[in-house]
Amino acid sequence: MTIASVTQLICFVALSLTLVLGSLGVVLLPNIVYSAFLLAGVFLSVAGLYLMLNASFVAAAQVLVYVGAVNVLILFAIMLVNKKEEMAEIPGLLLRRVLSGAVCLGLFLLILRVDLTTPWAVTGPTPLADDSAVVIGIHLFSDYLLPFELASVLLLMAMIGAIVLARRDVFSSDVITGEAVDQGLIEKERTPLLLESNPGETTLLEKV
Amino acid sequence: MPATSFDIPLQAYLVLAAILFCIGVWGLINSRNAVRVLMSIELMLNAVNINLMAFSSYIDGQEIRGQVFTIFVITVAAAEAAVGLAILLSLYRNRETVDMERFNLLRW
Repeated sequence: MTIASVTQLICFVALSLTLVLGSLGVVLLPNIVYSAFLLAGVFLSVAGLYLMLNASFVAAAQVLVYVGAVNVLILFAIMLVNKKEEMAEIPGLLLRRVLSGAVCLGLFLLILRVDLTTPWAVTGPTPLADDSAVVIGIHLFSDYLLPFELASVLLLMAMIGAIVLARRDVFSSDVITGEAVDQGLIEKERTPLLLESNPGETTLLEKV
Repeated sequence: MPATSFDIPLQAYLVLAAILFCIGVWGLINSRNAVRVLMSIELMLNAVNINLMAFSSYIDGQEIRGQVFTIFVITVAAAEAAVGLAILLSLYRNRETVDMERFNLLRW
């Protein structure tokens, strides 16, 4: 066993442990802020696994997109909806968790069996070392050009959709003077439309 | 020096991805908080990406189509996270809760 393979093994074990423990923490921790930060750790260890698979470009994309964008977005969402609320008790919650855990364990055993019994054709061509970004670029501008362009349209649609969905209603003109306000800094009085406790809100719903 | 022969078998990556995917499924089913549901979806997407990358590196080492697929999956996941969190925010404004058990407007 050479020193390179030992290093590779140590890196793989460390990254796997971070990945599994981090994802367990994401799912199980009661405080959701800790979950969000552990999720960043999981994304980073996945990026480390990509580096071990000779994929530097995708590892960089993983760090930029997941850790830099998605995780920050999740943290902002947690800040915006962070109200302490008492979750109502559900009867049979423990039973439900155990049952779904058994189902997930069964799924895992199924995938494990497929993974370990299938004769994978691993004797493929020798992997690229450093120029994977070049090959990915060639792919993106030749045989994957249409999905690449469609992805840009998809991102534009997602951006506009997110803005429209998360936008708040504001006054377009000043309440007192009637002049137009440039940025709509005065937020409208907002009533939650779909609360169960006050049935009188249905008239507001019809009005809107 | 490019790793011409991997010391870690392909199965190790596949098993790791399977563990991550099953944890994601469990979290998706059992989370009460809607933000945590979105996090579980991200975990599952990452498990799929690990599979794609492992196959790309071990079996398709020259063409690396799996890495291109991973790029597209990352793109779609980013779009999904943005729209999902916007929907969650809109839902929170109208129901004033993030409890998944109370999002039952369309239940019969």
